[in-house]
Amino acid sequence: MRTCWDSVTTYWAKPFGFGPALPRGDITICDQFVLIGGGVAMNLYFAIVAVTFGFFFALLLAVLKAHPSRWFRLPASTFVFVMRGSPLILQFFFAYALILMLPREASIQLFGMDIGVPTFRFLANAWFGALLVLFLNTSAYSAEIFFGALRAVPKGDIEAAKAFGLSPWQRFRRVTLPTLLRLAWPSYTNEAIFLFHATTLVFLSAFPALSQMGEALRYVKYFNAQTFNPFVPYPIIAFYFLIASSLIIFLFGRVNLRLNRHRNPDARVRIQYRPRLLR
Amino acid sequence: MFEYCQDISALSKYGFEWMSCYLTTKKHMNLYFSLFTVLGVMASAAPLAMLFGFGGMLAKRSANPVLKTFGLGYTNMVRGIPDIVIFMFVPLAVDMGIELLRHAVLCPSATTPIFQGVNFTPCRAAKFPSSFDAEWFHDTYGFLLAVFAYALVFGAFAANVLDGALKAVPASQIETAKAYGMTPRQIFRRISVPQMWIYALPGLNNLWVLLVKATPLLFLLGIEDLVYWAQELGKADMKRRALYPHPNWHVYYFGALLLFYLAFTWVSQLGFDRLTKAVSRGMATAGNQEARA
Repeated sequence: MRTCWDSVTTYWAKPFGFGPALPRGDITICDQFVLIGGGVAMNLYFAIVAVTFGFFFALLLAVLKAHPSRWFRLPASTFVFVMRGSPLILQFFFAYALILMLPREASIQLFGMDIGVPTFRFLANAWFGALLVLFLNTSAYSAEIFFGALRAVPKGDIEAAKAFGLSPWQRFRRVTLPTLLRLAWPSYTNEAIFLFHATTLVFLSAFPALSQMGEALRYVKYFNAQTFNPFVPYPIIAFYFLIASSLIIFLFGRVNLRLNRHRNPDARVRIQYRPRLLR
Repeated sequence: MFEYCQDISALSKYGFEWMSCYLTTKKHMNLYFSLFTVLGVMASAAPLAMLFGFGGMLAKRSANPVLKTFGLGYTNMVRGIPDIVIFMFVPLAVDMGIELLRHAVLCPSATTPIFQGVNFTPCRAAKFPSSFDAEWFHDTYGFLLAVFAYALVFGAFAANVLDGALKAVPASQIETAKAYGMTPRQIFRRISVPQMWIYALPGLNNLWVLLVKATPLLFLLGIEDLVYWAQELGKADMKRRALYPHPNWHVYYFGALLLFYLAFTWVSQLGFDRLTKAVSRGMATAGNQEARA
């Protein structure tokens, strides 16, 4: 009889691609807890990297979308419209098919020698490819939030900054950005949570997972296929996601407090739940 | 389909006529008809979700503690658990429930326990739907399960939207009704519910777009939807005997689907904008103020 500790030592690194093959036949609840837990860690990896990089790209997109010149505005708003208007799962499929069209290897002729050059085929891995799609997707959703907030920044604030002689960059950095973030933060919290939830699509999409590496829902499906009993793995994944979601809300709430630290506690905007899920 | 399709080898490969034959093969017809499956799921799930949403909202506001707990649990589960997880769990849970019942009825003398560790092992006769059942039965059962799963997930969201809308009905309206001596039940039925729809509309609009964008997930439940056929047809077919040999065309199929969904959400958005305008005529709501500004 395997103990729970055996499950931990055997499978803790499995979701990251190391360790023996997934258990067959003799599956314990502990196996499920360990593997699904590790899978949720993978989901967190995808969410954290995508949201972190997406934050900056979204800011750029929002500024471009509000730019007076059509040449900046049009590409940014088209990108946001396409990414927000189409389902995420199709974006995964499309991106994967597109990446597969890239040549496997390329070479250039240099002084009569063939020199291999790297191509973008490595994107066909979930590590990179799916992450790229998630990054672009969350950038578009966040850009729309930031764009709305950008337009809600009081005009008087910016005029006051101009009167003080701040340069355009100083104006953006010290006046527009803090207000923008403060206004956008409640919605942005929702975006982060739903992006985290959307990471469950990564391994259901076409992107292949190397050496049974995977995110939580993949293991949940595997356990269900092995045991025919959905009432064990699904509550486990729900449990992990509830905890992780609460953690995200808590962390974003702390940031929200910091963004609002100069304001009267009564005037602060509380983070409220708004459904914008299933992309 | 066309006369000239009798002899495909005579046509120039990937030319216009070749393409017109290729795009009207039986498998492609399946792709086009699967659109009706998708529309059918949407059309059946949306009203059912509204029903669940209304029920969830009533339960959440109920004075009965059991009902209230249930309502709160139902409406809050979508906040912490990914909808995709719920959505995949529901059909499996229904399956298991049916098999449990069938096991009890059909195999009363079964010797092996139905739960072995974490494994669920009903007797062979209890499997549902069984491999002996007709194909249409499998298809209908799968369709109904999918509709139920969608309705359950979106019902939880709709309950949140409707709850918010009910709270948005101006307090003065409720107070006036109270002054007229209406009971809480009368106020709810005659004042709150008729007035809440306008406040619910933006949220419901959002939900409809989400429902449209969630339909590509149908293939995860084993339904032959647009994505399933795009996957099948896009595969490279370079066998010597292949009627229409072509390399991997997934990128075109998924690109076309992407455009289709983009157009669909865009058109729904336009439709809802019109509806909002029509319903909010004369109402002092935020949406109307915006429209005037």
